[in-house]
Amino acid sequence: MGLTGWLRWGWRQLTSMRTALILLFLVALASVPGSIFPQRGQAPEKVDQYFEEHEKLAPWLDKLSLFDVFAAPWFAAIYLLLFTSLAGCVLPRSWQLLQNLRSRPPVAPKRFTRLPQHAEFGSDRTPEQALEQAREALRKRRFRTVAADGSVAAEKGYLHEAGNLVFHVALLALLFSVGLGAMFGYRGNLLLTEGTGFSNSVAYYSEYKPGHMVDPEDLAPFQVTLEDFEADFVSSGSQTGQAREFRAKMAYREGPGSAERSELVKVNHPLEVSGAKVYLLGHGYAPTFKVTDSKGDVAFDGAVQFLPMDSATLASQGVLKAPDAEPQLGFQMMFWPTAAPSPDGSSVVSSFPGPLNPMVGVLGAFKGDLNMDSGAPQSVYELDAEKLQMVKIERKAMGIGETLKLPDGSGEITFTGYKQYVSLTATYDPGRVPALISATLAVAGLVVSLMTRRRRVWVRASAGEDGRTVVEVGGLTLGTPTGEFDDLLRELRPEEPEPVPAGTIKE
Amino acid sequence: MVDTELADLSNNMLLGAVLLYVVAMLGYAADLAFSPRPAKARAKALVGAGAPVEASAEDAGGNGEEKAPRRDWGKFAVLLTLFGWLLHAGGVATRGMSVSRWPWGNMYEFVVAICLAAVTAYLVVLVRDKARYLGAFVMLAVVLGLGAATIWLYQAPGELVPALKSYWIAIHVSAAIVASGGFTVGFVTALLYLAAARHEEKGGTGFLDRLPKAEVLDGVSHKSIMFVFPVWTFAIISGAIWADEAWGRYWGWDPKETWSFIVFAIYAGYLHARATAGWKGRKAAVVSIVGYAALLFNLVGVNIFIQGLHSYAGV
Repeated sequence: MGLTGWLRWGWRQLTSMRTALILLFLVALASVPGSIFPQRGQAPEKVDQYFEEHEKLAPWLDKLSLFDVFAAPWFAAIYLLLFTSLAGCVLPRSWQLLQNLRSRPPVAPKRFTRLPQHAEFGSDRTPEQALEQAREALRKRRFRTVAADGSVAAEKGYLHEAGNLVFHVALLALLFSVGLGAMFGYRGNLLLTEGTGFSNSVAYYSEYKPGHMVDPEDLAPFQVTLEDFEADFVSSGSQTGQAREFRAKMAYREGPGSAERSELVKVNHPLEVSGAKVYLLGHGYAPTFKVTDSKGDVAFDGAVQFLPMDSATLASQGVLKAPDAEPQLGFQMMFWPTAAPSPDGSSVVSSFPGPLNPMVGVLGAFKGDLNMDSGAPQSVYELDAEKLQMVKIERKAMGIGETLKLPDGSGEITFTGYKQYVSLTATYDPGRVPALISATLAVAGLVVSLMTRRRRVWVRASAGEDGRTVVEVGGLTLGTPTGEFDDLLRELRPEEPEPVPAGTIKE
Repeated sequence: MVDTELADLSNNMLLGAVLLYVVAMLGYAADLAFSPRPAKARAKALVGAGAPVEASAEDAGGNGEEKAPRRDWGKFAVLLTLFGWLLHAGGVATRGMSVSRWPWGNMYEFVVAICLAAVTAYLVVLVRDKARYLGAFVMLAVVLGLGAATIWLYQAPGELVPALKSYWIAIHVSAAIVASGGFTVGFVTALLYLAAARHEEKGGTGFLDRLPKAEVLDGVSHKSIMFVFPVWTFAIISGAIWADEAWGRYWGWDPKETWSFIVFAIYAGYLHARATAGWKGRKAAVVSIVGYAALLFNLVGVNIFIQGLHSYAGV
C-alpha cells in the first residue's frame, strides 16, 4: 500500500460510522471535566481559588488545559475530527440522494421471499388489473411508481435522507456560526453607578474580550447612562429577602450626535443598541462619602462601589482610597442596607437586602502612602498596606450623615448616603442569528428524518396454474417497518382475512 | 402572593397520587406474577394456555385460591394509574395556580413535573403499544422520584427569582420535562430489554416469561427515545435562546449546558448505534442507559454538586 493507499484507508476509517460514533462519545466524555473543574471562561476567580487550594495539583491540571477545557487543543482536535468525519460522510450521501432522486425506483428482485416483508395471494383480477390496482394504491400513498413488465416498483421516503442530511449540514453550519461569533464578536463587562454612563469603548470596560478579528477602533460608538436602579424584594413570609424584580432605567444614544432614548432594562430584557446588547447581570450598593484631610480640604466626595458578601442580605464590603488627602487616607468598610444587631448582640449584620436602615461601619482606617504610583495595577477592593499605617479608631456603625473623626487628627470621613450600581455586560455577536437559523434547521431536519422512513414496495402479478392470478407483494423498509405494508395488503385483497406477514413486528 | 389553600390542596393531591401509584405498582407486580403466562411458556398448563390477558377479566371477582391467578390485576392497576395521574396532574396544576405561575420554578416542582411526564409517556405507550408490562417499573421509578422530591427537594410555594421570570420558562423547561419523561420510559424498557434478551438466550423460566419478546422491548425503547430526542434538542435550543436574553450569550458551557450537551451526544450516539452493525441490540441499549444516567445527573446532580448559573434558591 503506497501513500495514497494509506491516505485513502485513513479517510475511509475516519468517515466510517464507527469512528464517528466513537468521536461523538469522546466529545461527550471530554466535556465532563469542563463541568467539574472551574473554567477560566466562566469563572476565572474560581480558578484562582482552586490554584490556592490545590497548590501542587493545579499547575498540572493547567498543563492539561483542564481549566480551559472548551478552548483546549485536545478538545478542538476531537470536535474537528468529528466534524471532518461528519462532512466526509454527509457530502457523498447528499450526492447519492440527488442521484437517487433522479433515477427510478429499482426493479423488482427475483424472489420476494427474501425480503423482510412479503405476501402472496390469489386474485380474480387479470394480472394487468391487479398491477393497475396496486399502482393506484401505491400512488395514493405517495409512492413513486414505475411499471415494468409484469411488476410495479415503488419507492418513497426520500425526505428521511434529506432531513438527515439537513440535520448534519445544519450542525456544521452551527459550528461555523459559533466560530463567526468568536472571530468578529466582543464582550465587555463593567460596573455602572446611578447617574453615571459609559461609551462602548475598551477604556470603559473593566474586562474586555474581543474576537480575533475585532479592531477596537470599530466598536459601535453608543453611549449608555444609568439613570435609576430599583430592586424589589419580597418583604414578608418565608421568602423574605428574595429578589422580586430588578429595573434599570437607562438612557442611551447610538452615537455622540444621535437622539437620546430611554429603556427599562430588566434581567430577561436587555438593551439593544447598534446591533449590540447590554445586559443587566447584577447589582450592588455604592455608599457615598466625604473625606476631609488633616488640612481641612475635601479629598474625596463621591460614591464607592462595594462588593456584596452575601446575596441574601447584601451586606457589602468596600475600600475607599483618598490619594488626594494629605496624608493619603484609606478606609476598609462594611455597608449594611438594613443594619440590625446580630443575634448575640455583639456585632452588626444586615437583615434585609433592601435599604431600610443603611449603615456603614469602618473596619480599618489607614494613613500614609497608598502606593498607587508604583505602576503596578491595584484592586479597587483592596488596600496595599505596605506603606500604610493603621489608625486606631472606635468601631461603630454610622448612619447617614454621621462622621468618624480620626483620633490622631489626620482627617475625617462622613457617610453621606448611598447609590446603587449595576453590573453590565455588553456583547456583540454576529454569529447569533446564523446559529439560531442553523439550530432551527437542525431540529426541523431531525424531526423530518425521524418521522419518515425510506421504503420500497414491489408488486408482481402473473397467471397462476389454477387460472387465478398470483399476486406477490414485497416490502423493504430502512429502519423499523411501519404498518403501511399491512394496510396496503388489506386494500389489495379485501376479501381475505388479515394477513400476518413475516418480519413485521407485532405483539 | 401565595394561595395557601390551593398549595395545601396541591400537596394533598400529590400525596394521593403517590399512594395510588404505590398500589398500582403492587397491582402491576401481581399482574406480572400471577397472570397466565404467554403460550410459549404455558404449553403444559391445563387452563388458559395462550389465552390473551384481557380474556381473564370476566373472571375477576371470583373467589377461592384457584381463581385468584385469573383475577386481572393489570386492569385494576391501569385504573389506579389513571386516577393517580389525574390527581398528579391536578396537584401540578393547583401548585401553579397557588403561585400564579408555571409550576416548574424550583427543583421540587421540576421533579414532580418530570414524574408526571413519565407517567404520561407510560400511558401513551400503554395505549399505542399495549405496554402494560412496563407499569410496575415505571411506577417504581415515579414513586421513587416523587418520594425523593418530597423528602429532599420540597420547597414551600413561592415567588420566582427575577432570572426565572420569563415566558421562556414555559417553553424551555416544559420541553425538558416532556423529554425527560419520554427518556424515562425509554430507560425502563432498555433495562427490561437487557433482562429479556439475557433471559431468551439462557432459555430459563420465571416471571421474565411474562415480558414480551426482547425485540418488542427494544422497539418500544427506540421509539420513545426517537420521539423525545428532537424534544430534548429543542429544549437545549430554547434554553440557548433564553440564555441569550438573560445572560448575554447563547452558549457558555455552564455545567447545565455542558451536561445537556453530553446527554444530547449520548442519545445521538444511541440513535446512530442502532443503524450501525456491531452496535445493535445490547450495546445500543447500554448506550441509552448511560444516556439516562447522564440525564439524571444533569437534572439533579448538577444542581446539587456543581455551582452554576442554573443554581436557584439553594438548589
